[in-house]
Amino acid sequence: MSAPATPEAAPALHLLVILVSAALTDNILLTRFLGMCSFLAISRQMKAALGLGLAVTFVTTITCALNAAFYWALLAPYGLESLQLILFIVIIAGFVQFLEMFIERVSLPLYYALGIFLPLITVNCAVLGAALFMVNRNYGVVESTVFGFGSGAGWMLAIILMAGIRERLKNAQIPPALEGPGITLIISGIIALGFVGFSGMVKP
Amino acid sequence: MASTARQAKKALVTEMWDDNPIFRQVLGICSSLAVTNLMFNTLLMCAGLVWATAMTSVTASALRNYTPARVRMIVQVLLASDYVIVVDIIFRSEFPAIHKIIGPYVGLIITNCIIMGRAEAYAIKNAPLPAFLDGLGAGLGYSGVLMLVAAIREPLGFGTVFGLELPARAAWWHSWTIMAMPPGAFFVLALMVWAARAYAMRLEAARKAKEAPK
Repeated sequence: MSAPATPEAAPALHLLVILVSAALTDNILLTRFLGMCSFLAISRQMKAALGLGLAVTFVTTITCALNAAFYWALLAPYGLESLQLILFIVIIAGFVQFLEMFIERVSLPLYYALGIFLPLITVNCAVLGAALFMVNRNYGVVESTVFGFGSGAGWMLAIILMAGIRERLKNAQIPPALEGPGITLIISGIIALGFVGFSGMVKP
Repeated sequence: MASTARQAKKALVTEMWDDNPIFRQVLGICSSLAVTNLMFNTLLMCAGLVWATAMTSVTASALRNYTPARVRMIVQVLLASDYVIVVDIIFRSEFPAIHKIIGPYVGLIITNCIIMGRAEAYAIKNAPLPAFLDGLGAGLGYSGVLMLVAAIREPLGFGTVFGLELPARAAWWHSWTIMAMPPGAFFVLALMVWAARAYAMRLEAARKAKEAPK
């Protein structure tokens, strides 16, 4: 278990910096472009966006913790880093499947509310992306959990902002060819521009 | 045999333009917009993607009669992971400096909707050769768009093409930093989607006008 470069007892300030930078300055959607497909498809209605956002935040937090734990325990000590992709994808798919079954047993209304979103999460690149970035930055288990939560929350923030704007856009006159993905991309660009303003607030 | 060849060619062309994953379906842009501010990085990423899509399709097709329907998704994901790991290892050894930047995105090729989309929609129902061409077409069509985005962003953002400076750059060119930053990718892609859709709509209108006076 003597994994190299796993800072154990990470100070609270350090964790706060990771959280804020993951959610705002390094927003996984607006600066890393991850999770775009479901972002473009699901951001039409606020209610759906909120449901998917919550599900993504939850799954990203837990899978980042699991992925980091398995990575530092199973792969890193034996020099098997190249297998990280298979490990991560299996953990994510397995966890989402488990979560689906668990929710179906425990709360049927929640299952029907989240039902369609859960399978989508397996192929949401934000979840896998968060895992890959956390490895890239040598985060330990605690830091990874915070980073996962920050990334998920940032993603949720972005999709909620977009859903709010798109609900208003229903009354706007948009050139027909620009409707749908085109205008959504332009708005994303403007929101991303706004988020650039956060950079310099924290130094990761 | 002739019909197989025609079918195969049709699969290739359809995927490259008619059903171009980015213009028409706006899928799979996740992992790749981030690397399009430099053309060389984009080229590497595209090569990896074309390889992974085509090989996953051909393998999924070859295994289609032996894969139980219930587990086919996870089988496809694992196939894609295997091919992406190969790409990842090659990039790590051949282009270590670039791998540091695009490393995580190479891994994200796995969750690129195009791979799963083609495997699920085409490969599991067709023979390996058409499936290979279908995957190849989807990958190439996608790469074409990405290269175009990169070809707009790199000169505007850095004043270079494939890392080579534009002639006498200092004299007349002031780099447009926003193009190298994330918002630039959104704007360029949005304009391209807009143009492609407007063009498709015009074609459609022309076709309808031709058919109408009968």
